[in-house]
Amino acid sequence: MSPAMIEGFLFGLIAVMTLAGALAAALLRNLVHCALSLTVTFAGLAVLYLSLGAQFVGLSQILVYIGAVAILVVFAILLTHGAGALPHLFVASSGWRTGWVAAVVVAFVFIGALLRSPLPQSSGPVPQIAVRSIGQALMGAYVLPLEIVAILLTVALIGAVIVAMPTEQGESK
Amino acid sequence: MTLTPYLIVAALLFALGLGIALTRRNAILVLIGIELMLNAANLNLIAFWRFGAHPEFMTGMLFALFSIAVAAAEASVGLGLVIAWYRHSKTTDLDQMTRMKG
Amino acid sequence: MNPGMITNLDQIFVILQHRVAGLFPPLFQPLVAMILGVLGIIAVFPGIFALTTVLERKGLGRMQNRLGPNRVGPFGFLQPIADAIKSLTKEDIVPRTADEIVHFLAPVVLVVAIFLGYAVLPVGRNMVLLNIDAGILFFFAIGATAELSIFMAGWSSRNKYSLLGAMRAVAQMISYEVPLLLSAVVAIMMTGSLAPTVIVQAQSGFTGILPHWYVFTPWGFAGFALFVVAALAETNRSPFDLPEGESELVAGYFTEYSGFKFALFFLGEYLGMMSIAGYGITLFLGGWGAPFSFLEFIPSWAWFFGKLFLAICFFIWLRGTLPRLRQDQLMNFAWKFMLPLSLLNLGVAASWRFLGEWLGTGLTGEIVRWLACAAVLLLAYVLLARVLLRRQKISPRSYRYAD
Repeated sequence: MSPAMIEGFLFGLIAVMTLAGALAAALLRNLVHCALSLTVTFAGLAVLYLSLGAQFVGLSQILVYIGAVAILVVFAILLTHGAGALPHLFVASSGWRTGWVAAVVVAFVFIGALLRSPLPQSSGPVPQIAVRSIGQALMGAYVLPLEIVAILLTVALIGAVIVAMPTEQGESK
Repeated sequence: MTLTPYLIVAALLFALGLGIALTRRNAILVLIGIELMLNAANLNLIAFWRFGAHPEFMTGMLFALFSIAVAAAEASVGLGLVIAWYRHSKTTDLDQMTRMKG
Repeated sequence: MNPGMITNLDQIFVILQHRVAGLFPPLFQPLVAMILGVLGIIAVFPGIFALTTVLERKGLGRMQNRLGPNRVGPFGFLQPIADAIKSLTKEDIVPRTADEIVHFLAPVVLVVAIFLGYAVLPVGRNMVLLNIDAGILFFFAIGATAELSIFMAGWSSRNKYSLLGAMRAVAQMISYEVPLLLSAVVAIMMTGSLAPTVIVQAQSGFTGILPHWYVFTPWGFAGFALFVVAALAETNRSPFDLPEGESELVAGYFTEYSGFKFALFFLGEYLGMMSIAGYGITLFLGGWGAPFSFLEFIPSWAWFFGKLFLAICFFIWLRGTLPRLRQDQLMNFAWKFMLPLSLLNLGVAASWRFLGEWLGTGLTGEIVRWLACAAVLLLAYVLLARVLLRRQKISPRSYRYAD
């Protein structure tokens, strides 16, 4: 087996894992199972980022999505009694047929478009990006987006707390 | 590896996210679908960065980094809204969220 | 001893790894070296875990005026073997209502995640499995996965105590992850690198006989103290062991686990404690560096494991000494005390850097800088503590639910 074949095999494995997680999230009845299969997708994506040489983004993906977003989702599910309640007889919304048709059409359009377009087929070596240079870029050319993201996150934090805060006195924990 | 497989994975992931967002009844799962679509976009950004002309400028990668931060903010506010709505109406079923008055 | 022999002793495991890998064809050498490193980690740290369990039981026994295990082997030191046999031969019970797959996966995910955390931990000079640029980030990212496995364990058991324990654990770990990260950022910021090896290297110099460990600077000391408290909470150790408070929740999230799976949780918990202690040592206590310049002839790995041993003893000592907190105290402490202080500490560390440039490198400049930074931190600590204490209305206890 050549290294390229091993690489392709591993890529296929990770890609199938990623997509299977997303598919399970789409089809499973139990909400917590959906959330857990979603973490498989997030982890698979992180591995894909790592394989593309984006080490910092891949690790951030694990930290943010598995460490925070997935936990947030399961907490929300438990707080809204989505896990304990009997699953609905029908978990799909009223327009689910149209929804799946739309999704399949979108998938075909995307894949058709990218198979027809001229894409760079070969690439150089995996770029070695030091964390230091990411930091310098964030503090240099990208300082304005960084500040805006900082404000956005602060606003989101305060906003989420205020929105989810119980309003009536009787509801306070 | 070439660019195309990564883009196909991203396209399928986007379609799955769209499918979840359009077909599931539960508001939390709709949010999850939106997250998946954002993730698919991130994968595209990073794949194009890696196979693009100038990976040393890190544009696509930093874009993905910002996108992750924005997605985290979106998830927190969205789930906060779902919890607030649940407290109000005791349901997270989107088909029952038909009133605009509280 | 001559210098060559010291170097050889220091690098004995690295040399051994190269020798063994050298027996294989060149194509497989990196792979074999990697596997040897992994085997080393898998052999050494569970070994320390086994010793820790005896040490903990004996130490706690002494503190509680009893003997502790003393039946198996000399002074009871073979107790872990008996424990292992017991947990392997016990019946593995899965509750009938449990979610079987998730119930099975939870301990596996936990142990795998915790073992992965060791991959970037430098346990000696040139002794790190993966020398990656973003090592500290890797550790924190992997640590975040452990939270999910705890949730999986608690939720899949379909037991209210398990679920409550898991919710407590996850809420606590998420809350304390913020100060943990922020206090670690100080060391990262001053080194200018996320790589553990570089951070250790940056602390390896000596002034006179004293080392340049970060813990000897005001921001380093504050960061270290915050890191230790957050690490205790992160690993659910006493006094932050509410998730498994046996007086309230039986055993918390692993109430419904028995036999080997229970042992895996136990292993995961102690390995998590040791890895976080290892990172604390790396970030603030000079990693594998010697504490005095004249002790440098002792191999680097011996220093690392010595420090780890002291950290474990410290954890055991705390467990035997401190009572458990209440849930609201725990959360208030994280968000109202730890978070502001760790943010302030970041600011102090930054001003330390710029004060150094401004005051020059003379002795008076150093002293002024040291005192100024220490004063700011101490003042903030005292003020914050006073304000929080005054806010807390201390009154006779009222029993809301027991009436």
